[in-house]
Amino acid sequence: MSEVEYRRAKAAQGGLLIVEGVEGIAFGDRVRIRDHRGRKRNGQVIRAAEQETLIQVFEGTDDIDMDNTWVRFLDQPLTLTVSPGLLGRVFNGIGDPRDGRPPIVDGEARGISGSAINPAARNYPREFIQTGISTIDGLNSLVRGQKLPIFSASGLPHNRLAAQIVRQARLPGEATNFAIVFAAMGVSYSDARFFRESFSDSGVLGNVVMFINHADDPPVERLALPRVALTAAEYLAFDLDRHVLVVMTDMTHYAEALREVATAKGDVPARKGYPGYLYSDLAEIYERSGRIRDRHGSVTMVPVVSMPSDDITHPIPDLTGYITEGQIVLSRELNNQGVYPPVDIAPSLSRLMKDGIGKDDTRDDHPRVANQLYALYAKAQEARNLASIIGAEELSARDQRYLEFARDFDQRFVGQGEDENRSIIETLNLAWELLSRFPRDALTRVSETDLAHYHRAGETPA
Amino acid sequence: MTESRSGYIREINGPILRIHLPGGRNGEQVRIGSLDIVGEIIALEGGDAIVQAYESTDGLRPGEAVHGLGHPLTVELGPGLLQGIFDGVQRPLQEIASIAGDNIPRGLRIHSLDRERAWAFVPADGLEPGKHIAAGARLGTVQETETIEHRILVPPTISGELIDLAPAGDYTLDSTIARVRDAQGSVHKMTLYHRWPVRQARPYGRRDHGVEPLITGQRILDTFFPLLKGGKGAVPGPFGAGKTMVQQQVARWSNADIVIYVGCGERGNELVDVLESFPQLQDPHTGRGMMERTLLIANTSNMPVVAREASIYVGMTIAEYFRDQGYDVVMLADSTSRWAEALREVAGRLGHMPVEEGYPAYLGSRLAAVYERAGRVQTLEGERGSVTLIGAVSPPGGDFSEPVTSHTKEIIQTFWALSKELADARHYPSVDWVDSFSQDVGIAAGWWAKEISGAWNGRRAQALSLLARDAELSRIVNLVGPEALSSAQRWELEGAALVKEAVLQQSALDEADTYCSPHKQFQLLELVMQVFDQGKELIALGAPVQELAEHPILARVRRAKSTWRSDEGEQLAAFASEVYKAFSALRSEYASGQEALS
Repeated sequence: MSEVEYRRAKAAQGGLLIVEGVEGIAFGDRVRIRDHRGRKRNGQVIRAAEQETLIQVFEGTDDIDMDNTWVRFLDQPLTLTVSPGLLGRVFNGIGDPRDGRPPIVDGEARGISGSAINPAARNYPREFIQTGISTIDGLNSLVRGQKLPIFSASGLPHNRLAAQIVRQARLPGEATNFAIVFAAMGVSYSDARFFRESFSDSGVLGNVVMFINHADDPPVERLALPRVALTAAEYLAFDLDRHVLVVMTDMTHYAEALREVATAKGDVPARKGYPGYLYSDLAEIYERSGRIRDRHGSVTMVPVVSMPSDDITHPIPDLTGYITEGQIVLSRELNNQGVYPPVDIAPSLSRLMKDGIGKDDTRDDHPRVANQLYALYAKAQEARNLASIIGAEELSARDQRYLEFARDFDQRFVGQGEDENRSIIETLNLAWELLSRFPRDALTRVSETDLAHYHRAGETPA
Repeated sequence: MTESRSGYIREINGPILRIHLPGGRNGEQVRIGSLDIVGEIIALEGGDAIVQAYESTDGLRPGEAVHGLGHPLTVELGPGLLQGIFDGVQRPLQEIASIAGDNIPRGLRIHSLDRERAWAFVPADGLEPGKHIAAGARLGTVQETETIEHRILVPPTISGELIDLAPAGDYTLDSTIARVRDAQGSVHKMTLYHRWPVRQARPYGRRDHGVEPLITGQRILDTFFPLLKGGKGAVPGPFGAGKTMVQQQVARWSNADIVIYVGCGERGNELVDVLESFPQLQDPHTGRGMMERTLLIANTSNMPVVAREASIYVGMTIAEYFRDQGYDVVMLADSTSRWAEALREVAGRLGHMPVEEGYPAYLGSRLAAVYERAGRVQTLEGERGSVTLIGAVSPPGGDFSEPVTSHTKEIIQTFWALSKELADARHYPSVDWVDSFSQDVGIAAGWWAKEISGAWNGRRAQALSLLARDAELSRIVNLVGPEALSSAQRWELEGAALVKEAVLQQSALDEADTYCSPHKQFQLLELVMQVFDQGKELIALGAPVQELAEHPILARVRRAKSTWRSDEGEQLAAFASEVYKAFSALRSEYASGQEALS
């Protein structure tokens, strides 16, 4: 580690510092900066040339002057020290403790950028996780090693939903609990407190590592935070054989920080000012989830992405959707009707569901029931649209039945209590209760056997 | 052999480096720094060369040494390609996993093809020392997998007098199996493999027209929007519309000899899915394991972006190599948008002037150049081979007017547009029948008429026009309600719904439905159109639409696709006659009712 400090800052703006005349500095290395008041700041080399080095400063470049800034190149990449002692701790975006306790020293320092998992070493994720939430378990099942984001928007209860998933997630028939890595970027104090209390109320605090960057903390730190958090998650999963659930909120703040630095660097913008490499950058984070052959642990990711102006085509949710294995989309309309969790099933999707459900995992009829509910709900939406034009009274008997179905589906299947933990069998039985309002011939997506087993025509009042 | 030249790094900016390398040539491969990572020169500026690195540049320092390797990016072409999974610059990922563990290390020097393995080589008949041998001629064969005979070709740049040819026996890739003296008198040693630069299209005899459709076993594709062997197709769709599923279904079930699946900037788990599921699947055309004819190129979204740009060319060169052996090859590129974004990222870092959405001005011409490497050709040897290229496109926000989709649309012949609305309603495959097109229906119709039925073209057109009527009538319903429609019109709505459910929707997860033979495709289409035609007559006779639409036999028609597999054509035919009988019974009932009235 180099002890030499250079006073050669040439320019500082927007979280970036340019140092000139220092040779042989490695790209990506960690930097320690001392300002005129003796405060320490951390940085990373993001462009290295013969005569000029560009540094991104995690604490920002406010209140820096050129003459009294000393820069030390640590000659090592950014690392996180990992040990079993991570559990139960709280850190900031670059892995320094923020819980008043001493830093972890008795572990191994690991580079935070990770290297790509060899696709040939991966295991395909296929173990069903029961979250106790019908819209997820029944229609968009989560499996171990999946990355399934919650697409939300301001004012919607994404944090409550994420916390409920953390509290309830388990594999049916297994006793071990998930270890939780909580990565918060640009969150408000009240949101951070909500999560902490929720972890503490459910008694899992000793199983949680938190990395927190508040809304008023420097944005540049958000660029390192998910990488630091995932280094911890990978250690817990692949070294300590834990099943790890990573909750990241809010990835939109991360992407905005990336744009801030990209703009300051002068990168050519692609869409809405975001740099062209936003996709690759997000993928580096999301693709760290998964299962690896011959390893017992897994990294499952539930990131929260808020859609600016409720726009799902905004670059951040859009690119996220292309990388992740599905998405759970929250709807303002359902939320306004008082439905919790307000999951809009139409645009929601789990790509890994197909191999995690069915006869050996949940129940034989599960895939077809999900398919049938989706098909009916799509028809019911058409009936709703029609009713809004010509009035519900004018609808045919068939369309009336769809309307009733949609109403009950929203209230009883989608809607559930924040503490209500439904088993997958309860979810499927509830689905059949709704399906049984339709005559057998109308249910073409389920098999004859399913109908014989589960359809209860006449038992439920129409 | 060009001597290797050295220089040093001047600047590192992410994956782009500025180096000082006297005599560096555009396209030349370089080895960089103490990490020994690989890169390629993409521009020369002043005395410097601009290099894009195929691996992460973390930890490199200005001043570190760079070596020019004197050749462009090439691939190794020979036995051992099939069943493998390679990264974007053709490094074997399974091999890497066994020597380096779970993650991909940097600076690895490893051969693309296994040098240890011996292959049973059988020399071609009639080749004798002293005979003239042409470029691209067959030296012999190696049975690479049980289904695929690997034909060992003279490299396309070499021809001359055959000096000697190895007898039948087991040879490793490095052993000499033949020697050829060219017109200049130099002697070339031939091995079981040769190298070819990826950005250069392999030569062929001449280009031919496509003559038969690629059968994918997917009804909406084969019956409605056919793609020819040697054709160019695109599958655009927003996320969640099922692009990957469509691509995987084509990879699984199409009647190609060789399938090359390029995962370009996509999810790691999707490639694992292919790797794990293909060996368990059976090719319906040969009855053999599906993996035997497949190879994967994987540059997942978290792997270095520059190798993503190369991965499409690597895949295409391997595809051309199998084409030159006289095979029909399908190459799936998922997704070409990620490839275009890699271009954009590099262009941005080089400071090229952005035109649309940040893409450089040469986007259209680069895309066209890639797609134009597809086609059906007469090989140098005089055989027929083809490369069919199907590119997935991931338009931002699902907007088909964005640059990659619109440029692609100008080049391709078949466009399978995926729709978010259909996917949201779980109508899969979510291929939109309004936006999709195929320019080769005429040629395909000839094939269907010859192989299956002369009625195919008429039925196809009838179904499509029924779907168009459906869209029109639905608009009226949405304005004034269903009461405004006549009985005949309401039956058209029911008929269209039947086409959608019984023909267009196809479940990839249903064992009986996932692959649909051309014969079964036509049986289902014919059945549904018969039901519609006969229903129309009944309505004219005064049958109430409601009664027909809720007739129990229609629920069975909807389930017919998953009730009988492709090899149960007789049972399906028997069911069809049962349906026709039921309708005839109804007709005589209503006809007599009418007579009684009149």
